[in-house]
Amino acid sequence: MSRRSKMIEKIKELMYQPDSIRNIGICAHIDHGKTTLSDNLLAGAGMISEELAGDQRFLDFDEQEQARGITIDAANVSMVHKFKDDEFLINLIDTPGHVDFGGDVTRAMRAVDGAVVVVCAVEGIMPQTETVLRQALKENVKPVLFINKVDRLINELKLEPEELQNRFLKIIAEANKLIKNMAPEDKKDEWKADVADGSVAFGSAYHNWAINVPIMQETGINFKDIIDLCNAEKQKELAQKVPLSDVLLSMVVEHLPSPKVSQEYRVPNIWDGDINSPAGETMINTSPDGPLAVMVTNVSVDKHAGEIATGRVYGGQIEKGTEVYLVGSHSKSRVQQVGVYFGPERVNTDSVPAGNIVYVAGAKGAIAGETISSPEDKIKEFEGLEHISEPVVTVAVEAKNTKDLPKLIEVLRQVAKEDPTIKIDINEETGEHLVSGMGELHLEVISYRINDKGVEIQTSEPIVVYRETVAGKAGPVEGKSPNKHNRFYIEVEPIEPELFEALQNGEIKEGRVKGKESAQKFMDKGMNKEEARRVWDVYNRSVFLNMTRGIQYLDEVKELLLEGFESALDEGPLANEIVFGLKFKLVDAKLHEDAIHRGPAQVLPSIRKAIFGSIMMAQPTLLEPIQKVFINVPQDYMGSSTREVQNRRGQIVNMEQDNDMVTIESKVPVAEMFGFAGDIRSAAEGRCLWSTEMAGFERLPNELQKQIIREIRQRKGLSDEPYGPDHYLG
Amino acid sequence: MFYLVGLGLFDIKDISLKGLECLKDVDFVYAEFFTSRLFGSNFESIEKLIGKKIKVLSRSEVEEEAEFLEKSKSKDVALITGGDPLIATTHSDFIVECSKRNISYEVIHGSSILSSGPAISGLQGYKFGKVTTIPFPADNYRPKSPYLAIEENLKMNLHTLVLLDIQADKERYMTVNEGLKYLIDIKNDLDYEGLITENTLAIGIARVGSSNVLVKASTISNLISKDFGSPLHSIIIPSKLHIVEAEYLVEIAGAPEEILKDV
Repeated sequence: MSRRSKMIEKIKELMYQPDSIRNIGICAHIDHGKTTLSDNLLAGAGMISEELAGDQRFLDFDEQEQARGITIDAANVSMVHKFKDDEFLINLIDTPGHVDFGGDVTRAMRAVDGAVVVVCAVEGIMPQTETVLRQALKENVKPVLFINKVDRLINELKLEPEELQNRFLKIIAEANKLIKNMAPEDKKDEWKADVADGSVAFGSAYHNWAINVPIMQETGINFKDIIDLCNAEKQKELAQKVPLSDVLLSMVVEHLPSPKVSQEYRVPNIWDGDINSPAGETMINTSPDGPLAVMVTNVSVDKHAGEIATGRVYGGQIEKGTEVYLVGSHSKSRVQQVGVYFGPERVNTDSVPAGNIVYVAGAKGAIAGETISSPEDKIKEFEGLEHISEPVVTVAVEAKNTKDLPKLIEVLRQVAKEDPTIKIDINEETGEHLVSGMGELHLEVISYRINDKGVEIQTSEPIVVYRETVAGKAGPVEGKSPNKHNRFYIEVEPIEPELFEALQNGEIKEGRVKGKESAQKFMDKGMNKEEARRVWDVYNRSVFLNMTRGIQYLDEVKELLLEGFESALDEGPLANEIVFGLKFKLVDAKLHEDAIHRGPAQVLPSIRKAIFGSIMMAQPTLLEPIQKVFINVPQDYMGSSTREVQNRRGQIVNMEQDNDMVTIESKVPVAEMFGFAGDIRSAAEGRCLWSTEMAGFERLPNELQKQIIREIRQRKGLSDEPYGPDHYLG
Repeated sequence: MFYLVGLGLFDIKDISLKGLECLKDVDFVYAEFFTSRLFGSNFESIEKLIGKKIKVLSRSEVEEEAEFLEKSKSKDVALITGGDPLIATTHSDFIVECSKRNISYEVIHGSSILSSGPAISGLQGYKFGKVTTIPFPADNYRPKSPYLAIEENLKMNLHTLVLLDIQADKERYMTVNEGLKYLIDIKNDLDYEGLITENTLAIGIARVGSSNVLVKASTISNLISKDFGSPLHSIIIPSKLHIVEAEYLVEIAGAPEEILKDV
């Protein structure tokens, strides 16, 4: 039996022992070394040759990824690790660190129980480190820390043992501050990264070594030894004594929870069903015997096998050839293949039990976030996956050859299915489709993928996505139905800032409000009691409140009012951009006696008019998306780099100096960021590292408001100027 | 001058002489047929009869643009509707607008389902309560209020005329069967025992005003699958019957004879 088939046999065996499984994600700020680390873990587990690891970027499956040297998709592998006398199955997901691909990280976190957070020793905790850590903790995923690139501290910055230790302590303290803030209440202490117990390791992924304090005590290697070996270019020796994969995988086994441990506290957090039901108990106990429960976290399209759904089995087991039920789309489908990952390959098995990361071929129509159950034992859906960031840049996509028109639509739908953070807007009439994503780079990669699927396309210059809101208050205004027999009276004002924040970070979920239980949540975020009890709908970071009392038939038009409210907010009166951050209050309504005269054709236009009219009377304002831009450059290039930011309407927020390197933190409108990559490279003569993070929307400067509104309206084929309130309220 | 002209119930012969003369005399004729329609006559025959073209308006052209009102300032303009112009429709608004804009106006009535429906079913007009209309159910709109209106009437011993939705632009005209099914669906969703059930007596009416009028009284469960033929249809849910009403229903509308025992 070959080594490979032995390994596969082992995986198939361990799959059924949830105590011996660790599902982990590796996540970090861009360029802190996740993928190199993952490669070396694979090599250590005997899955690729040691010489190739690091250079090979084995987990960057996509040609694009290898070419750009960054990870774009989350990739899956499984491997076997021996710890003390027992063997463990480690299912690993490598996730992208670039801000443009944050959605992948969120999805991966749903599949795993623990995360190795990689931090570069030179740069320390960076914004994206914070974001991924937050994403992990929000999903109740326990973190451990790996401080990478320690050799650079020694070889380039020439740190002494004491300085080295201080640097580590500083990184650990910062990480723990985040963990303390964001970990679940009862895990705050337990989950703290602790040097003494070995839940922090440091080393060099590239040179293939890692160490932690317990191992230092065991082996007698101290900081001075490490410094000496690095200086003498003898890191190979370290790699033999304390090999990266051994140390890290042992840390994973020892400090990260098995599915059996973690599902007990995670399931109530991600599944809203009855924990005492058979399905609930099966999941809590990570049992293979009981109702099937799989959460799909990723979908990709394979040329041969078709749609491949990757997900986590939380309960029961999924078997090939059986029929499954997709809870969200209410459809049945026959599973053709199931199996686990083995490097970039998939290995078919007869079934995959609870606690594992599975791939499923044949779950037709599944999207990330879908819940799979058996048709006989339908279960409640898992909580939706929250994406913290939202698309801010759009390109128009057209097929180069008219014969590809129908195929392009199909490919666009496929691409959107593979990456739920992009938004597509298909226009079959004009053939010009809109694709929105997280940034310029994200859209470039998407365009490349479309080309790769055999459709040659032409894309427009990227267009920035704006938001509409108000700076003042207005109302009550009267919106009349076309037959004049129905009238709605609306007031508008900006939403409470605290509530906006809670909606923005997903703490309060959007959607139509059922019952009174949500009132407390709104009150905690600054809404007064009377209003909090009267929220009907939360949509586009805005709320719709019914402040009326005792109006007959109002309940029968509620659905219509909310539909009209939501559609009005999708395309606002200023420039047909999304409206957000507002509080609308219905303060009175007059309705026709007969149901037929207050139907959709009457109510939908009247509520839209009331909403548009009120916005236009309350100092309507356009907001633009802003990115935080972090630039790390040698001091000599500080001037030219800050100029690059300032030329783009950017503001310098903070500057920190560390030896001769400067970190510039700034805020720049996304509209000004196009082409920044090339410009900053030449400004700093290539000697800079930079990264970005979404920083929400801010008011567009007054002098630009009119001009940009007109530009958007012209682009969309609207009249040059928005209509005044009289147009809607007459 | 603005004339609001009702065409009556079924075909061109239902137009009153006054209405016909008016339509022959005016400069422009507009029509709205989204609230009602003449089934017995096609459009061209009306045009031929009055000797001019008719401009048909969509709902938004009538309700939102009202260009015909502007024209009435200097010309004689008529807007024609099926039935009576001021009853089931909501055109009182035009009269208010005319008054505001100093346009003189005249209303020429036509016969309406509101009087003919109850009349042809043999029920006494004095005993009717609230009129209600059943809309085509949609995902976002399936009101219970038609059912509740009938219940309220029943509690006060009042009959109910139930009008049925017309979506002329989609050529959808609700049938007696669809209307009754709507009521039963609502009943099944109630969290109490509704007053209107499969055993309730109902009257289905089709093509009032034509020589082919059909009036049929029976339990809902019997009528729900009966074919009433071409549009337009309406329903009446009677409450406690007077002896003369019951005799009419048995003799003319084929109602079961047991109903005579309850009077």
